[in-house]
Amino acid sequence: METLEQIKNRCELAARGAKVEIVANPGPSQQSSLLIDNEHAVPVARFLRDHPALSFDFCSNVTGVDWLDRVAKKTAKVKQVVDGVEKEVDQTTEEKIPGYLEAVYHLYSIKLKHGPLIIRLRTENRADGTRLPSLTPVWRSAELQEREIFDLYGIVFDGHPDLRRILMWDEFKDHPMRKDYVQPDDFEWEPTPHDEVLERAKQHYTSRPQLDGAEKITAPQS
Amino acid sequence: MSEQIDENLRSELQRQGVWVTSMQELYNWGRKNSIWPLQFGLACCAIEMIATAASRYDIARFGGEIFRPSPRQADLMIVAGTVTKKMAPQIVRLYNQMPDPKYVISMGACAISGGPFKQGYNVLKGIDRYIPVDVYIPGCPPRPEALLHAFMELQRKIDNQKLSGSEKAEFLKPEQPSEFPVPAFGDHDLNPPANPKVYHPPKLERQS
Repeated sequence: METLEQIKNRCELAARGAKVEIVANPGPSQQSSLLIDNEHAVPVARFLRDHPALSFDFCSNVTGVDWLDRVAKKTAKVKQVVDGVEKEVDQTTEEKIPGYLEAVYHLYSIKLKHGPLIIRLRTENRADGTRLPSLTPVWRSAELQEREIFDLYGIVFDGHPDLRRILMWDEFKDHPMRKDYVQPDDFEWEPTPHDEVLERAKQHYTSRPQLDGAEKITAPQS
Repeated sequence: MSEQIDENLRSELQRQGVWVTSMQELYNWGRKNSIWPLQFGLACCAIEMIATAASRYDIARFGGEIFRPSPRQADLMIVAGTVTKKMAPQIVRLYNQMPDPKYVISMGACAISGGPFKQGYNVLKGIDRYIPVDVYIPGCPPRPEALLHAFMELQRKIDNQKLSGSEKAEFLKPEQPSEFPVPAFGDHDLNPPANPKVYHPPKLERQS
């Protein structure tokens, strides 16, 4: 398979005005991905599928990612004059990154036996701008998985042939895989609670009606 | 019918070739040895239930007989597996369609409490939130022997049911409902999340 740089350049040449960005993955898997802008996602995807040197004809997996608002800290060496002497000082700058949702597609080529190529689409924000173009017209195998992302993350895929909830019922209003999802309160019987479940279960506790005095006994001070 | 015959007299009569029994005993004997379970499975517990019904364990030896594909022909509902919130209304509806007397075995950790999936947003924390359960089987999944044991426990329970008097079986009391409200799909959860007339969780007395 060609390198990501080469594929990125090919994409930008093929679809005029397309902005493709490499999202580096510093982890052990080294699976870096291509972030494609929403406007040109469908032509770029069609190009990736149809170009004879690439021919990514199989979309094996589609999934969603929820990114909350976060603060990125950057440290940079800055030359400063301290007490008349020029020194290199670490300066941390904080950058606020607003949250967004992502759809991640894993592509393989059955014909050329290469892959995976990972492409991402990113929504504007997490509240009202959660629309993305659907890649189901390009890869039919994305249909059910885009429905699943719609169900669990709330991304609306424009151009999807049959966008309905798939796991939860149609009347359901929430998106359970979002990080700020709060479960309904059915914690009245939790025999062995811990962590968040303990906090939720505590609201259902009744206080002991009678205390036998044992709770006041403390270890003798030595 | 409600008068108990003296055990010594009965065995003495039996020795003389006279078989004495009561209507209640005969009725319960017939019922407990011909329990037709409803044929449906929800998850991996269903595989164990299938094994129990097949030749090696053979629940028919105990009167489990044939699994019926229709709730209208079944006496026993074996809730075998994880009950998701999307599936729960259908389970209650199937239970409502079964004729009285009917019994429920809650098989495996999931059907009892939600089991390993208890904290999931999509899993019902026990089928006893909506329908009354007669026998609970712990295990994940329980072995076929455990299901057979639960089945024999249920037979013992049926054998001890009274047909008359103040302690008569629940299904003979006219005020006892044989159908329970089917929960509706709500905006955030099932509506209601539990039937308070059926579900009585133990109160935890702890310092909060």
